[in-house]
Amino acid sequence: MRDVAVVGVGMTRFGELWEKSLRDLYVEAALSAIENSGVDRIDSMIIGCMTSGLFVGQEHLGSIMADYLGIKHLPASRVESACASGGLAFRHAFIEVASGMSDIVMAGGVEKMTDISGDGATYALATAADQEYEVFHGATFPGLYALIAVAHMEKYGTTRDMLAAVAVKNHDNGSMNPNAQYPFKITMDMVKSSVMVADPLRILDCSPITDGAAAVILTTVDIAKKLGKAYIKVTGSGHATDAIALHSRDDLTTIAAATAAADKALKMAGKTIKDIDFAEVHDCFTIAEIAVTESVGIFEPGKGGEAVLKGETALDGSFPINTSGGLKSKGHPVGATGVAQIVEVYKQLTGSAENGRQLKNNPKVGMAQNMGGSGGSSLVHILEVA
Amino acid sequence: MVGIVGYGAHLPRHRIKVEEIAKVWGADAPSYKKGLMLREKSVPTPDCDTITLSVEATKNALRRAGGINTAEIGAIYIGSESHPYAVKPSGVTVAEAIGATPEIHTADFEFACKAGSEAMFVCLSLVKAGEVKYGLAIGGDTSQGAPGDALEYSAAAGAAAFIMGTDNLIAESVDTFSYMTDTPDFWRREHEFYPQHAGRFTGEPAYFKHTIGAAEGLMRKAGMKPEDFSYAVFHQPNGKFPMRVGKMLGFTKEQMEPGWLSPTLGNTYSGASPIGLTSTLDIAKPGDMILMVSYGSGSGSDGFVWKVTDRIDEVRDKAVRTRKLLDENLTYVDYGTYAKFRRKIKKNA
Repeated sequence: MRDVAVVGVGMTRFGELWEKSLRDLYVEAALSAIENSGVDRIDSMIIGCMTSGLFVGQEHLGSIMADYLGIKHLPASRVESACASGGLAFRHAFIEVASGMSDIVMAGGVEKMTDISGDGATYALATAADQEYEVFHGATFPGLYALIAVAHMEKYGTTRDMLAAVAVKNHDNGSMNPNAQYPFKITMDMVKSSVMVADPLRILDCSPITDGAAAVILTTVDIAKKLGKAYIKVTGSGHATDAIALHSRDDLTTIAAATAAADKALKMAGKTIKDIDFAEVHDCFTIAEIAVTESVGIFEPGKGGEAVLKGETALDGSFPINTSGGLKSKGHPVGATGVAQIVEVYKQLTGSAENGRQLKNNPKVGMAQNMGGSGGSSLVHILEVA
Repeated sequence: MVGIVGYGAHLPRHRIKVEEIAKVWGADAPSYKKGLMLREKSVPTPDCDTITLSVEATKNALRRAGGINTAEIGAIYIGSESHPYAVKPSGVTVAEAIGATPEIHTADFEFACKAGSEAMFVCLSLVKAGEVKYGLAIGGDTSQGAPGDALEYSAAAGAAAFIMGTDNLIAESVDTFSYMTDTPDFWRREHEFYPQHAGRFTGEPAYFKHTIGAAEGLMRKAGMKPEDFSYAVFHQPNGKFPMRVGKMLGFTKEQMEPGWLSPTLGNTYSGASPIGLTSTLDIAKPGDMILMVSYGSGSGSDGFVWKVTDRIDEVRDKAVRTRKLLDENLTYVDYGTYAKFRRKIKKNA
């Protein structure tokens, strides 16, 4: 396998982008990544998108995005793993460069979610759960994560305040991210008095519905050096699936797919979790961040909530989590999320995170954990300074 | 010089509270009240419709117009999205009721919540062109909101009427400006009982874009700034939007409060900003400048700059003030009564 680098990144602002279509969003992020990287061509493109068919009625994304990007006959594919589609696109781009099949590959992610009603979006997102055993019986994602939250509270004594602290911390970070959908701070009281969605999860425990796209350019470390721009190395890639339905899991409180993906990625990178300086994790709901930080081994099982409350995951904490603002504050255009996580890790490792959210301790190794559904799939990547 | 010769409003006296609607649908009343800045809304009785509301509002406008001959009203335009008939004009019935037939031109306008200000715009233009001596412009609705939909908390009833002319003005029309694009945020197709809407899309790219577009365009055209106005009235689909758009434009709460009725009135659709103008005129002083901007889904806004004349002091109490209609002699109904009044209970024919 060849050594692989991320040599340029780009993303749109995340939000309710009424004036931008699916293709507008993707092309904006893709051109920004190309320009940022300094490459004069791409050999291949992998796009992560969960369900553009249900959101805007458009499939066949490889062709449409290559066409609107203006690159004739570009080999372009679309991959799907629900909300982990972006992470999966990154992994396939990594494999393509590492294998020697292509030298310069774009991994992009996009989702246009606000063209349909809230009910329509809830339906589209629920296609990532088990239709026959969960969705037909009325379960939605807030409902499924509420079950995880209740189980976590029951087993470990995780509290309402610990959940709220995740949202408050991520909004603190997101307030410094110029691309965030909700770039403002919130308080514990605001979270705890916000509208109930699925007990115990309130609206400010939930990531929003978002339009947005992100793209990164992967190439070999050799080519990256010649380009003369800031680059980082991709040293580990892990991918795992799990039972899609919650009732088929051994334990509701852990995300076993995240554990398995993290183990593989760390092993490939020759690292342990203690070598990681910071992580972007999939906080689609506040409980998800707590469960994931425990599942990938950052904290002991049952200790994730307490760690947030104590400030250990804050920007100046011992293990900063979601410096970008996470899905909660930055926004969650599902197919773009996994790629946007890589964008943030790239910025932190190259010292280019904006508006004071740059980590001060010269981070050397970052992790990005992306998740599909309620943990039916997970991607974990380890990235290091050049 | 053209402008308003007489103005008047009419509101039903029945009200339903947000809590009463939320209770039935299992919704969170505090979040609706806070999110929409809305406490209650007016409810029309079964014998109240856009035509009866229009007639009552017109009678108040005639009282303030100081004994004009209704036969000299050359045009009547009613803007509404709840004309009682799909095919059969509302305007002629109002014309007949006030003795303005048969030498008259009438038309029923529709542009979601903007239809009332369209009637005002066209009447002003006809008067200005010298085609008619007086033109009667009405904006009124018994608006529809689907049971359980967010719109049900706000869809209300009310009307305002303005007689436009050239002499004895209460308020001079200083300038007008309109701003519209094809932005489908809210619609009702034929044979549908209730309008549909595109959720949050009705906000930023629809209401705010067009209201701001019209207000800024109008102030630019008139060479005026927010501080040049004593008052500002905006379309009020709920309590929150008009206050927010006004602040975005640089107006103060004090400038907007007299015309800000929606927290306890609800959204009277085509009547909303016209009724807000009546309650603002009720307290205005000679020389005051008033900015008024409507909004209708689909989408567009009409803006007006009014300059209040000395005659306001003479006429404001010739008819009931709008705040009195809003605040006094109220009857609160439960959801069952409301459902009956609004014909939401369907029986076999």
